[in-house]
Amino acid sequence: MTTQSDPALRAHEAVKRYGATTALDRVSLEVARGSCVALVGESGSGKTTLLRCFNAMVRPDAGSVDVGGRPVESFDPVVLRRGIGYVQQEGGLLPHWPVLRNVGLVPWLRGEADAEERARGALDRVGLPPARFGDRWPRDLSGGQRQRVAIARALAGSPEIILLDEPFGALDAITRSELRRNFRQLRAEMGVTALLVTHDLHEAVELADEIAVMKGGALMQVGRPEELLNAPAHDYVEELLARAGVG
Amino acid sequence: MRTGRALLLVAAVAAVTAVGGASTARPGSSHGLPGSSHGLPTSSLRAIQPTQDSRAPVIIASKPFAESYVLAEIFAQLLEARGIAVDRRFGLGATEIAFGALREGAIDVYPEYTGTALAAILGEEMQADAEAVYRHVAGTFRERWDARWLAPLGFENTYAIAVRRETAEELGLATLSDLAREAGGLRAGFTPDFIGRSDGLPGLRAAYGFEAAEVLPLLQAVKYEALVESGVDVIDGYSTDGLIARYDLVVLEDNRSFFPPYEAAGLVNGDFWRRRPDAIAALSELSGLLDEERVREWNRRAESDGDPVTDIARDALVELGLVVSDGGETVEPDRAESVPARESERGSGAAAASAQSPVVGFASYMWQNRTDILGHARRHIVLVIISLGAAALLAVPVGLMLVRVAGGAEGVIRGIGLVQTIPSLALLAFMIPALGIGVVPAVFALFLYSLFPILRNTYTGVRDANPAAVDAARALGMTPAQLLRHVRLPLAAPVIMAGLRTAAVINVGTATIAAFIGAGGLGDPIVAGLALSDTRMILSGAIPAAALALLVDGALGLAEKRVAPGGVAVE
Repeated sequence: MTTQSDPALRAHEAVKRYGATTALDRVSLEVARGSCVALVGESGSGKTTLLRCFNAMVRPDAGSVDVGGRPVESFDPVVLRRGIGYVQQEGGLLPHWPVLRNVGLVPWLRGEADAEERARGALDRVGLPPARFGDRWPRDLSGGQRQRVAIARALAGSPEIILLDEPFGALDAITRSELRRNFRQLRAEMGVTALLVTHDLHEAVELADEIAVMKGGALMQVGRPEELLNAPAHDYVEELLARAGVG
Repeated sequence: MRTGRALLLVAAVAAVTAVGGASTARPGSSHGLPGSSHGLPTSSLRAIQPTQDSRAPVIIASKPFAESYVLAEIFAQLLEARGIAVDRRFGLGATEIAFGALREGAIDVYPEYTGTALAAILGEEMQADAEAVYRHVAGTFRERWDARWLAPLGFENTYAIAVRRETAEELGLATLSDLAREAGGLRAGFTPDFIGRSDGLPGLRAAYGFEAAEVLPLLQAVKYEALVESGVDVIDGYSTDGLIARYDLVVLEDNRSFFPPYEAAGLVNGDFWRRRPDAIAALSELSGLLDEERVREWNRRAESDGDPVTDIARDALVELGLVVSDGGETVEPDRAESVPARESERGSGAAAASAQSPVVGFASYMWQNRTDILGHARRHIVLVIISLGAAALLAVPVGLMLVRVAGGAEGVIRGIGLVQTIPSLALLAFMIPALGIGVVPAVFALFLYSLFPILRNTYTGVRDANPAAVDAARALGMTPAQLLRHVRLPLAAPVIMAGLRTAAVINVGTATIAAFIGAGGLGDPIVAGLALSDTRMILSGAIPAAALALLVDGALGLAEKRVAPGGVAVE
């Protein structure tokens, strides 16, 4: 039974192995409704694997993964995914669809009559006027514009949850900080729960309510940024913070 | 760039075709100098199947070399003169295809040689006694395949070791023993076939102790020229080669009777033999009438003078007293309106052309033969379209299925890729028992050769289609079917089209081999031209085939751009 007190996302003792390597080593994490949690760690630490457990793109070998208090495997994966926003590092826009059609993907998949209208609204919200950008091909956009379109696409279906995998990772520093600001605003307006994978601690501090540090498939520590700073639970967390110059 | 690639492909296929034709044509194959035009009947579209109708046309075939064409045309005109309708299937691949077709009843008769039957079909040891070989071969064929040998035509076409006349005089060469004595100072140019066969060079070494200073492998087409131009001193020819007479060469006597007998005779299907005593009686009129000198002269006319095979056969039948001449015009009324008329027109054209530049001459040759060439081209296009269409209908869905099954896909694709490695003549020969000869097996072979490029490109195109876009679309809730229809397939379309294009260009080139199993197409003049040493005839097939390949390549290149979805660039 789903109640308001259930966390939006919850992993309990989740394990995922790929052959001999353990991508997730009994990871437990909760993301409260309306909050933003950043998963940080080096590449290969299991961040993306954990993220993809929540939209059923990865099926854990053991442990449980719940969305809105319900086990992920109890959903039809297609229906589940249409209810969760998703942004990846490369944007993943369909190159043969114009911008507006890309943005309207989820409403269109759900068969909603106002798909185009919602796409226009979403595009507007990320700062791209639909009249100017709607008919363009993805290849005719800049990298930053493409990521804005990807975020608009993730939000066009008005999801309660959005998963972001290094959404700003491939962008230059200026575009990046601009997009971060834009994203923080959007999240505040829409009250959407977000799980964000990043290797950039500054980004995590700026955007997230809580930071989860991962290493070698295991969760080292979860806490608000100042908790991590003041009381690192592990040498690795301290080292990571020191190296990033956060503090 | 693309143009060059297409041309190269066609050239490569044509080369393979040519080599296949040359190396399998034995004995009597004599590719020499360019000649002139020959009228060759266009084969009809239907596949040839065994027929039960006793009045059905007699299906006469030949192998792809000049002498076989001449003998088969003599068979054909003799039957026509006796009021029997015939259907000509000249230039069939080689021994295994011609004999395979005969065994299956797809053809009724073709000229064959006892030595070839013994060595190539029965795979037995050679014997020196001609009569014994004929008896053995005839008995075994009847017993094993119900195939009958008609009485020998009266001449042999065996290996003939030839030297220039001045070499013979200078060194006092008359026999192979003389040659062996002087061999240490001579360069030999032999066909690869002869170098490898036990009744060729190895046997010659054993029988005569022949050890030349140097042995060069030479193709049929250049052998005589190499000898005449003193590039080599000794060559292997065939005793009925027209070029021996033309170049005034000396054939050395096989004084130890080493070379096995290659007696020529009609080989007929057993069912036909029982069903058509009238045709058998007519063909038997030729028994014992031919001799080497006559045949060599006919071959010379075909290869050096470029006389049409139809004219040579007509003159031959008059010369042999089998058909009464009616003033040297036409012999058989039913052919009068078509072939001879065209030939005479062609003859005057050739005479006029000789005074012009080769390019103008060739252009006028093409123009005079436009009806034939267009007919060949039409047939060629039909073969390509049917086989390519069928291959696309199968390979695209199978390629899509393979993407879904993940495991084993590479194995399936590699397995189908193996088909590509089967030599085309071998593939055609394999299919004769099931499909006979003609259009059906040709289309089937081309279909098989087209599968791989289409399948490979469909599979990799769909599998590798923009992974980020596919992942995002899946993560946002596309079903596998939606993913295929809206993402993978549109993004793979140009790659699939490129596979189709590769298959089409290969197909256009490979379709020239259809001529080897009587399916027609632009390979017909190529095969006949190779057999008759007629460069213009070869080019009248090869140039349109190359042009067709370029056209197909260009058209499908445009299609490739058209199917590329908006927003996706094709270079």
